[in-house]
Amino acid sequence: MEAGGMRAPPPFWAGGPAPGELYSPPCFGTAGRGPELQAGGGDPLTRTLNPMVTGTSVLGVKFDGGVVIAADMLGSYGSLARFRNISRIMKVNDNTVLGASGDYADFQYLKQVIDQMVIDEELLGDGHSYSPKAIHSWLTRAMYSRRSKMNPLWNTVVIGGFYNGESFLGYVDMLGVAYQDTTLATGYGAYLAQPLMREVLEKKPILTKDEARDLVERCMKILYYRDARSFNRYELAIVTEKGVEVEGPLTLETNWDIAHLIRGFE
Amino acid sequence: MAGWGGPSWADGEVRTGTTIMAVEFDGGVVVGSDSRVSAGEAVVNRVFDKLAPLHERIYCALSGSAADAQAVADMVHFHLELHSMDMEEAPLVLAAASLVKGISYKYKEELSAHLMVAGWDRRKGGQVYGTLGGMLTRQPFAIGGSGSTYIYGYVDAAYKPGMTPEECRQFTKNAIALAMSRDGSSGGVIYLVTITKAGAEEQVFLGDDIPKFYDE
Repeated sequence: MEAGGMRAPPPFWAGGPAPGELYSPPCFGTAGRGPELQAGGGDPLTRTLNPMVTGTSVLGVKFDGGVVIAADMLGSYGSLARFRNISRIMKVNDNTVLGASGDYADFQYLKQVIDQMVIDEELLGDGHSYSPKAIHSWLTRAMYSRRSKMNPLWNTVVIGGFYNGESFLGYVDMLGVAYQDTTLATGYGAYLAQPLMREVLEKKPILTKDEARDLVERCMKILYYRDARSFNRYELAIVTEKGVEVEGPLTLETNWDIAHLIRGFE
Repeated sequence: MAGWGGPSWADGEVRTGTTIMAVEFDGGVVVGSDSRVSAGEAVVNRVFDKLAPLHERIYCALSGSAADAQAVADMVHFHLELHSMDMEEAPLVLAAASLVKGISYKYKEELSAHLMVAGWDRRKGGQVYGTLGGMLTRQPFAIGGSGSTYIYGYVDAAYKPGMTPEECRQFTKNAIALAMSRDGSSGGVIYLVTITKAGAEEQVFLGDDIPKFYDE
């Protein structure tokens, strides 16, 4: 027997009651949140704790004179390919585009907020418009602020743009992690496409627009093969000093010839 | 790294995801499957042939856990080979299905696979058997795997008794194509096998050969 009496027995299950303790089963909207409910702030039912309709990878590559961003047009509901014709890329203004993976409702909310911001800025009538860097910086703060309130926007965002003669490519995720690079990928793309993109850029640091586009298309094809939540229809956004061009829907060419070599599994 | 915050393939066992289907016709059966093997969201194999021969004129379609399904198919293949040597004649489809059922039922709690058995024998012609959960049931056609949930409506509406082999092939291809375009765990190419008295004829359908439907 230790001095100080016995320790309390462990709970019956993680998040559950200890023996003899009063247990309130979680009701809808409060599951898994317990004591944070009071501390969490705001109406608990508006929090995105589990993404519902989600988008998969977004890819971005810088080239000489601009950037290119690509995202497929699928909104998955778990493993169901629920919405096969949605756009996950938004044009912010003539020098910035934004592509989002993760919860689609949160992306639409973000789009609404950013569109309004852009309108408000236009109304100031001073000829200025948000630079890609400014949008990236704002979004980083916004996403971090939401995460700190335990109410994140469940997205990983790629911002691409061309401003004052310079290409911009930035990443922000739901935790507020933010960085810039010459190639970016979210979701599965980070594991499958990023190494390929980096390999190309290592050999040739400055790409032409067509080379960047081909690289992105090649990566999208491989993602379609290997990501079980991807789709073969996608959009491409290219930003140059001429402005923003959103191409799509484009369809990926696939090669299944190796299937002819397979018979059974032995 | 597994669980929330990590890649889902770190905590998902390798499953065939899958859409499988088998249809009886007068004189044989058509069996079909997709070709995707997934571990969570990762596609581990995009050209996997889920139609495994148990004997010359008996095939089974694999779904669920890839390892479990292959293990059962291998065991039944072995038993059938021995059995047909003992009997000195081709095994009955019912015999193959019973063997599959026997293993699926005995190890019900441990296994996480569903095998559909289909083939031709000279006693009852073309037959399709489902062995879900360790039961045994003969059906005019059967669908299985995660993708099958999306095509129950389609198959119920499109099936008619007395279809020709070619109609059965088209029916199977259509159904699997529809399931593949909705189920994230199904995809790739369509493998088809037509089994009759004459033998088993294997086919693969890829890319543009796969039926196209509304997909917006």
